[in-house]
Amino acid sequence: MGRKVSLISTVLGAGLLALSTYGTAMADSTLKSIAPPANHPLSEIISGYEFRASETQDLQDDDFENPGYIWVDKGEDLWSEVDGAAGKSCASCHEDASESMKTAGAEFPKWSEKLQKPINLEQKINDCRTENMKADKWKWESEQLLSMTSFVRSQSRGEPVNVQVDGPMAPFFEKGKDLYYQRVGQLDLACSNCHEDNYGNQIRSDLLSQGQTNGFPTYRLKWQKVGSTHRRFKGCMKNVRATPYKVGSDEFVNLELYLGYRGKGLPIESPAVRN
Amino acid sequence: MAKIKPRVKLPKKAKAGETITIKTIISHKMESGRRKDKKGNVIARRIINKFACKFEGQTIFGCDIEPAISANPYFQFNAKVEKTGEFEFIWTDDNGDTYQKKQTIKVS
Repeated sequence: MGRKVSLISTVLGAGLLALSTYGTAMADSTLKSIAPPANHPLSEIISGYEFRASETQDLQDDDFENPGYIWVDKGEDLWSEVDGAAGKSCASCHEDASESMKTAGAEFPKWSEKLQKPINLEQKINDCRTENMKADKWKWESEQLLSMTSFVRSQSRGEPVNVQVDGPMAPFFEKGKDLYYQRVGQLDLACSNCHEDNYGNQIRSDLLSQGQTNGFPTYRLKWQKVGSTHRRFKGCMKNVRATPYKVGSDEFVNLELYLGYRGKGLPIESPAVRN
Repeated sequence: MAKIKPRVKLPKKAKAGETITIKTIISHKMESGRRKDKKGNVIARRIINKFACKFEGQTIFGCDIEPAISANPYFQFNAKVEKTGEFEFIWTDDNGDTYQKKQTIKVS
């Protein structure tokens, strides 16, 4: 695993956060990785699943014991529930989700012609609701939006993450990349300092992953519920004592897009279980 | 509070005298009654305080649940089945609500 330990002294210098090389005990060969495309910043792409304890992995592997499936179930109910002035449900247009949503979960954030910018799955669902169903938007992190996102993304389980990053997406991709390498907050850390330079190392009692997004919406044991990618971004920003961007903001969508590229080819695991 | 949804998993068919595994989970916040809101007021306790499983009306498994149980409580237990019948699962909420789910098993 490509680790740069030179940064550690800088981080310890901040005095608030202790990163150690203790986690190197983890044998590299036990982590299942996939080969990145050419010119990729990572030498190996590893799902967050590989960094978790076997008990947590077992929880994810069993579709019944995985608590995330409560939300998938709720999403399935909502799929055929008529809402809004148009008298439609998701199923009115998209019919069988296992067919129509087979690859959708792996492709977001996707280009929106209307808005001339990329939008993520949550925004697409809400766009569908307001435009086609004439229904109200669901609030971010609301039970309905989390359930529907979990349900739709779980239809794409096993599909390789495949976001478009060229063409009109390119400038947004670059913005996301800038954000990834931008040091922020009192601890002066960028995403890359933990998730590129130190994945596989301990951050206090936790093992740092590559910060991949292929398992979102994820059931986090800490949250005791399912949460969105943007909620996780906010948490990360708070951890480095920065002021988080808002959920659903352009900044976070750009970052999500860039992270999609960093995890290119990883199978969708939603709803994943993480600690 | 979010919509409460029980999930149950058990085999559809079994042989007489076979021991089957039953898994149940319910979405519930399990508010312990020990947390405080931003103003410092205690958030009222609201948990699932009882769980029971009946087979053809007869209780075969049951338990009381205390505030220390985590959100979305999960129970797994075994049952020996002798005849075809219906399992009924009942969760009792602090506010008096009950959530039920039924599932039949065919025993040959």
